[in-house]
Amino acid sequence: MSANPEDLRYADSHEWVRVDGDVGTIGITDHAQKQLGEIVYLELPEVGHMYDAGDEFGTVESVKAVSELYTPVSGEVVAVNKGAVTEPGIINDDPFGDGWLIKLKLSTDVEIGKLMSADAYGEYVREEEQGK
Amino acid sequence: MAAPAAAPTALRRTPLFSLHRELGARMVDFGGWEMPVQYTGILEEHRAVRERVGLFDVSHMGEFDVTGAGALAFLQSITPNDVAKLADGRIHYSAFLTDRGTFVDDLLVYRKASDRYLLVVNAGNTPKDLAWAVERAPDDATVRDRSSDYALIAVQGPKAAALMARLTAPDPSDLPYYGFRECTVVGAPVLVSRTGYTGEDGFEVYCRPEDAERLFRKLLDEGRPEGAAPCGLGARDTLRLEAKMALYGNDIDDTVTALEADLGWIVKLGKGDFIGRDALAAQKQAGVPRKLVGFEMVDRGIGRHGYPAKTAAGPGVVTSGTHSPTLGKPIGLALLPAPATAVGTEFEVDIRGRGAAARVVETPFYKRSK
Repeated sequence: MSANPEDLRYADSHEWVRVDGDVGTIGITDHAQKQLGEIVYLELPEVGHMYDAGDEFGTVESVKAVSELYTPVSGEVVAVNKGAVTEPGIINDDPFGDGWLIKLKLSTDVEIGKLMSADAYGEYVREEEQGK
Repeated sequence: MAAPAAAPTALRRTPLFSLHRELGARMVDFGGWEMPVQYTGILEEHRAVRERVGLFDVSHMGEFDVTGAGALAFLQSITPNDVAKLADGRIHYSAFLTDRGTFVDDLLVYRKASDRYLLVVNAGNTPKDLAWAVERAPDDATVRDRSSDYALIAVQGPKAAALMARLTAPDPSDLPYYGFRECTVVGAPVLVSRTGYTGEDGFEVYCRPEDAERLFRKLLDEGRPEGAAPCGLGARDTLRLEAKMALYGNDIDDTVTALEADLGWIVKLGKGDFIGRDALAAQKQAGVPRKLVGFEMVDRGIGRHGYPAKTAAGPGVVTSGTHSPTLGKPIGLALLPAPATAVGTEFEVDIRGRGAAARVVETPFYKRSK
């Protein structure tokens, strides 16, 4: 699988967060998109929605499966990737880049520290796969 | 994102299991079998079948021989379609029904001779079906489970006939739809039928388990000029749904009658008695209270199996739903109250708590050009 970028933080529900100042960009990992298969439908919130860490903020559907999306951090939605809603396949093609989902204005900078590093997430995925 | 559930152990495997692994398939539990759900991707595999030719391992299906002087009369009594109308070398779609007219299973009946038939049933129902048939068999008919004697490869798509013609003796291109014969594919003895579960032209090749891997490899290799691709159960599901072919366990089961499933064409009330006949005759007279129909979503979202439906005539339920790769939009099947089943009728699907508008449409969703 393609490497998990070092500059992102990872949640055990397979989302990533990129922090830039007080804005966090959220997407799903390469591992997550591979597990889902070709994504055909994406439901995201409107700008202005407030979320606490752990809240469901949308759903992503492949041909076979539906998965809920959870935000690993708290904050207000300041941007939504409309391009991914129109062409959800972009999440498969570029999960860490153009396939981002939402941007939140972070309520706190404490939560981000609790998320996994790229190395720790890589190890987490390996363990999860061995558990099968 | 919720992690997909891990597959439980002790699943059964087909003779093609290691080849699937080699081809990079993702394996899933399907009716107790560890089967390939996809190799490269469902959309791509779906397209391969609609435009070229796809190869499927469906060895998990169950096969029974029904033989004996009483075989015809026996099958007439336990299936709703008219077996007396079948000629040697011909096949029809039928079912085992309960006395309420609901499905024990749906199946294919192959007539080899007036006293020799092959039944092909759903993998997950094989033990149940076998017990059900054996229990009802008279002294002059024998039911024998042959499931482990056959591997089954489906060759489906507009280029299937060209590919099969090069490898099969005699050439099966002249087989009529739902016809079959015994022949050889690259020297291996097989039964080839012009059947499938995709809505495309195609063949199903019943072979010995020990020949399965060699045949699959050869078909894949020789099929390169045709663009042959291995295809998983994921594409099989989207293909069959576009063709509005029912899936046992999703669209039909022992709570749905053959008439409610819109499969009245396999119910031959005039042929004589059979299990479920009285209930179906009564239901036909009274009219079905609900019917399986095709729908498209009007609002965004995909209505999936088990999602509640709300119509002006009362509640219903989505039995199958997916993103249609050919149409590029969500489609599905739903059991709806009869007054709400006219084409064009709008209803609501409860998509995880959100009401989304849907509309009854003509089926099949996809019909190949002849």
